[in-house]
Amino acid sequence: MNGQTLIQKILASASGKENEGVAENEIVFVSPHMILSHDNSAAISKTFYKITGPNGKVWDPNRIFIALDHAVPAPNAVQADNQKLVRKFVQDQGIKNFYDGGTGICHQVLPEKGHVPPNIVILGSDSHTTTHGAFGAAGIPIGRTETASVWAIGQTWLKVPESFKITLDGDLPKNVYSKDIILEIIRQISAAGATYKSIEFYGSAVAKMSMSERMTLSNLSAEMGAKAGIFPVDNVTDKWNKQFGFKYDRISADEDAIYEKTINLDISNLTPRVARPHKVDNVVPVSDLPKTSIDVALIGTCTNGRLDDLKIAAEILKEKTIHPKVRMFVYPASREVLLQATKLGILENFIKAGAQINVPACGPFLGAYCCCISGGEKAISSANRNFKGRMGSKEDTGIFLASPATVAKSALAGFITSEDV
Amino acid sequence: MKLTSNKLWIFQDDDINTDVIFPGRYTYDPLTPEQMATHAMEDYNPNFAKEVSEGDIIIAGNNFGAGSSREQAVTCLKAAGVSCIIAKSFARIYYRNAINEALPLVISPECSNLILNKKDEYQNEQITVDFDNGLIKTKDSEFKFPKLDEQALKIFQAGGLVNYTKERLKEKI
Ligand code: SF4
Repeated sequence: MNGQTLIQKILASASGKENEGVAENEIVFVSPHMILSHDNSAAISKTFYKITGPNGKVWDPNRIFIALDHAVPAPNAVQADNQKLVRKFVQDQGIKNFYDGGTGICHQVLPEKGHVPPNIVILGSDSHTTTHGAFGAAGIPIGRTETASVWAIGQTWLKVPESFKITLDGDLPKNVYSKDIILEIIRQISAAGATYKSIEFYGSAVAKMSMSERMTLSNLSAEMGAKAGIFPVDNVTDKWNKQFGFKYDRISADEDAIYEKTINLDISNLTPRVARPHKVDNVVPVSDLPKTSIDVALIGTCTNGRLDDLKIAAEILKEKTIHPKVRMFVYPASREVLLQATKLGILENFIKAGAQINVPACGPFLGAYCCCISGGEKAISSANRNFKGRMGSKEDTGIFLASPATVAKSALAGFITSEDV
Repeated sequence: MKLTSNKLWIFQDDDINTDVIFPGRYTYDPLTPEQMATHAMEDYNPNFAKEVSEGDIIIAGNNFGAGSSREQAVTCLKAAGVSCIIAKSFARIYYRNAINEALPLVISPECSNLILNKKDEYQNEQITVDFDNGLIKTKDSEFKFPKLDEQALKIFQAGGLVNYTKERLKEKI
């Protein structure tokens, strides 16, 4: 057998085949280390009982993770009922890793609470489950019915994917961030370009990235269709893991592993990027954009709502006032982020500049709840999707995606810019 | 299994995403499949939900079902009567969700290309999809398509993942 890629090694170990290894396109049966879901757990629990009957028990209550994050606090009675159902399910099944509304976004809380050691498989009923690749795990998104099925039998089938190798070298110029790197990669690969593939990230620039920056890259790997976006474990990962006392071996891809595609990117000359409506791969340098006024500016989400993101934006807003025509919303990704941001005085900058601080949660990013935009309005956002209607209105004239720095500068200017104006 | 199309819905865009197939603003409303069907394709083609009927087939380009893992994007089309989707390619989670809900998807870049390029000509034609032999027939041509792999087929034949897992749970007892 050929040398094994990272995803091959992880899937081999999760399916009890570490000795023989697994081949690309082979079907393996995998039991996840942890399976994640959020507000959709209410619907999943209904399907679960359809499968098991009314007295069914989950396969392992310790390996189910649920965070309420999408519509919190519940904006209406329907959502409140929904969440009540989840709490009841959690109690009936003895699920330990339940985080109620206000703890934060599932993809932020899962690693923060120490549920993501390296080399393991995380399945998640959310498309950005790829985020956990930052920690050297295979974070693989699945659907609701499949989640219900895993809750019941503890297992699912996966096809071993082919892999892409992305090598990033050089030093990030000032004012350019990991979000700009991944937007540029998505531009090159396209929205469907990595469908079914697992991406591995390497290079001297990667070695210098924080866990938070890596999470942004893994998170947005989903927007190229990828099944996973994995960073091999290095010193930065080890340091993060110390707080949880994980025991593990460092695994790496074999030297003779085969990659379907390799991409090398020198980031030294990269400039700020923006994804234009209504596709994530519709990416150009911010400087190429014609003057585009905005109505809403948004910092948050599982892509860019962490402490470093808030810090960067708050530094830009310090002692300034956002443009009078712009509403700015800030969503810390978790309670922990909110707490740290409070201690560091970061929130003060936002509040003084005129931004609105919200509960740690997903917020408006799926148009279901809160801070929605109206027909004809435009938004600049640090999120991960700019599909039409994503922020509530079918008649929106566009969501633009950029780094928290570009979002903050645009909020001051009233139009999209990565410059100080 | 063999299907004959009722009406063809020909969607020429690539990357038709789950947000336009089933808008995010409804995802956390507890809706029945029939209610979901009334929002199918709402942000892409507002007439779809009104005009679609049992046995219709969708023809699409690349990466149909891109984006979120929301399963309603499969459920709503199935409940609306769509019997099959033929595309150049599908997004990964969408493809899995469709298997899990037993909605047949066919990957045939050749067939999609032909029909997308000659939309007017094929609009009112019937096509047949023969799953046992992996064959699509249009008025003037035939296309082979890869059959489902064994595991997917088992789920499909059980009528979806709920039934399949039910059976597996029974085996365990
Ligand atoms: S922040 Fe947005 S993209 Fe991330 S999990 Fe929540 S809804 Fe999904």
